[in-house]
Amino acid sequence: MERMPKWADVVLIPLISLLLAAILSALVILAIGESPVEALKLMVSGALGSTYGWGYTLYYATNFIFTGLCVAIAFHARMFNIGGEGQALLGGLGVAIVLLYIPWPHWTIALIAAIVAAGAFGAAWAAIPAYLQAKRGSHIVITTIMFNFIAAALLNWALVGPLKAPGQEPATSSFPEATHLPTLGDVFGVFGIEWSHAAPANVSFFIAILACFALWALIWRTRLGYEIRAFGHSEPAARYAGISPTRIIMIAMLISGALAGCMAINNVQGEAERLVLNAAEGAGFIGIAVALMGRSHPFGVFLAAVLFGFLYQGGAELALWMNIQRELIVVIQALVILFTGALDNMIRMPLEKLFVAAGRQPPAPDRKSTSAEGAQ
Amino acid sequence: MDFITIVQILDSTIRLAVPLLLACLAGLFSERAGIFDIGLEGKMLAAAFMSGAVAYTTGQVWIGLLAGIGASLLLSGIHGLASITFRGNQLISGVAINFLAAGLSVVIAQDWFGQGGRTPNISGDARFNGITLPGADAIESTPFIGPIYEELLSGHTIIVYIAFLTVPLTWWILFKTRFGLRLRAVGENPAAVDTAGVSVVGLRYAAVGICGILTGLAGAYLATALQAGFVKDMTAGRGFIALAALIFAKWRPWYALSACLLFGFLQAVALRFQNIDLGLVELPVQFMDALPYILTVIILAGFVGKAIPPRAGGQPYVKER
Repeated sequence: MERMPKWADVVLIPLISLLLAAILSALVILAIGESPVEALKLMVSGALGSTYGWGYTLYYATNFIFTGLCVAIAFHARMFNIGGEGQALLGGLGVAIVLLYIPWPHWTIALIAAIVAAGAFGAAWAAIPAYLQAKRGSHIVITTIMFNFIAAALLNWALVGPLKAPGQEPATSSFPEATHLPTLGDVFGVFGIEWSHAAPANVSFFIAILACFALWALIWRTRLGYEIRAFGHSEPAARYAGISPTRIIMIAMLISGALAGCMAINNVQGEAERLVLNAAEGAGFIGIAVALMGRSHPFGVFLAAVLFGFLYQGGAELALWMNIQRELIVVIQALVILFTGALDNMIRMPLEKLFVAAGRQPPAPDRKSTSAEGAQ
Repeated sequence: MDFITIVQILDSTIRLAVPLLLACLAGLFSERAGIFDIGLEGKMLAAAFMSGAVAYTTGQVWIGLLAGIGASLLLSGIHGLASITFRGNQLISGVAINFLAAGLSVVIAQDWFGQGGRTPNISGDARFNGITLPGADAIESTPFIGPIYEELLSGHTIIVYIAFLTVPLTWWILFKTRFGLRLRAVGENPAAVDTAGVSVVGLRYAAVGICGILTGLAGAYLATALQAGFVKDMTAGRGFIALAALIFAKWRPWYALSACLLFGFLQAVALRFQNIDLGLVELPVQFMDALPYILTVIILAGFVGKAIPPRAGGQPYVKER
């Protein structure tokens, strides 16, 4: 059944999808009367041309690594978790509660507590849809969408009600000084490397990289990971092998929700240093594009997250310097999801034919011998 | 609460239920044919933008409506291409369509009008105006019946009446015509339809097309009837509430009407009152916002009657291996 070499599946198809998305985005930029080349130059210089730009790129990338891993682990169990956004919002709530009401002596301890709280809140928000899917057969896509809206309403309520700081704005008060995370500038400063202190990228970036490694080890190096993948490939086969579907769905979704929730250590504790309305800013949805693009592999997710971090920071520069709205990034995101996710076969089918044709080409008598073998 | 307030809330219920109803029926056609559609939101948004923009530019609301339906049909075509022709994941395709519409509408609106991703306000012929039903003015002063007729039933735009007529029409098409029978069959057992010599692909494209027309109407209603012009993200989750209503209605047209009226009512109440005092507890307005979604989860959980989707929903049809 191997119609294509593995590298084509893992590298070539995502690259072609990305290229198609880029061409269409360039056409959109052309259509609104701007130069795509200028736009690209501006994006590259704005996002990658300085440590300040990199600081933003990596900040966004950190968010997308967490949400991308969230979608990816669910994909391995053949679950589509669209609820990353809501789970990330709830993670923010957890972080805010832990940091506001408990006095922490040092940021390291506060960070650990925040990770636990964010993970627990995110996982709890994924637990209900997961349970309903496992026990009642409610479609997880629909329930997680609904839970996104319920999460948004819950946070709106919390931020104008019980958690609201004095003043006009619907937000909590700032977290205590001791819980503020060092930025990458602070970290690199220790090693004597010049790095912008103004950009929001912070130590959560390293936590995100650790999460990538941990998830890779979990999926490909543990019994549980094997069970999750087996379940994702074939539920009847997994069931026959004695793997409990309920257990796998619950565990995969809890990990997924916890990962989305952990995004809050970056955007809530690391950047805003308080909880504001709509703190996740759609990162939960970008996780879908990131996971699809990264082929649900933690390393692929990492690369795709950095790419989207670049697009996000570059897009902000476009909005600042050219007559191109920031929403252009949403268009690119949509095209990436479309080509790598929904229209996958459009690219795969011709490519498979090409490889099959290339594989059969060389000596003609070969074909006869294989058909003769087949007949036996 | 006096009588006139109740009538006003119900009036507002009708106006808010219409986009939900049109989108819900759109989803009904699509999902009954086995094509899941979580891109209702995006299609409505695209239609809202195109209808608002074209109605403003031409000054003619009907041309705007056609343009809106065109935009929505285009996205339907993409959804069909991805989920029927290339047998891709229908859910992922829907997600992509939502983002495509959310992004493109703002980018194009900024380029076109330069007002930060919205269209200018439209008025007069560029907008659907209320229709006064015959005798509404004469009967107005009659107690009880007067306000009901004048305030509640009369004075809506043409799309409102079209939307309510679409309910029996949908029921008739789905349950009383050959096309409807085949459409439902293709959502339950496409192989059987194929064996009978009817094109699965053709039927599914037809369903997706009808879905595009109805979401187009819904979007145009938002921009040219309910409000005067397009603003960024103006659908505000209505496509997902419609999806919720569809599940609530268990994929049936008449139930869809009641579900949409219920959700429209919740929106109307949340709009009119901030927090609702029930004596013992005070319901915050955010709870009212979340209620449609909470109710849908409860229904999905099967605690109050089980919602069973069309059997072949979400699965691409492969003719032969």
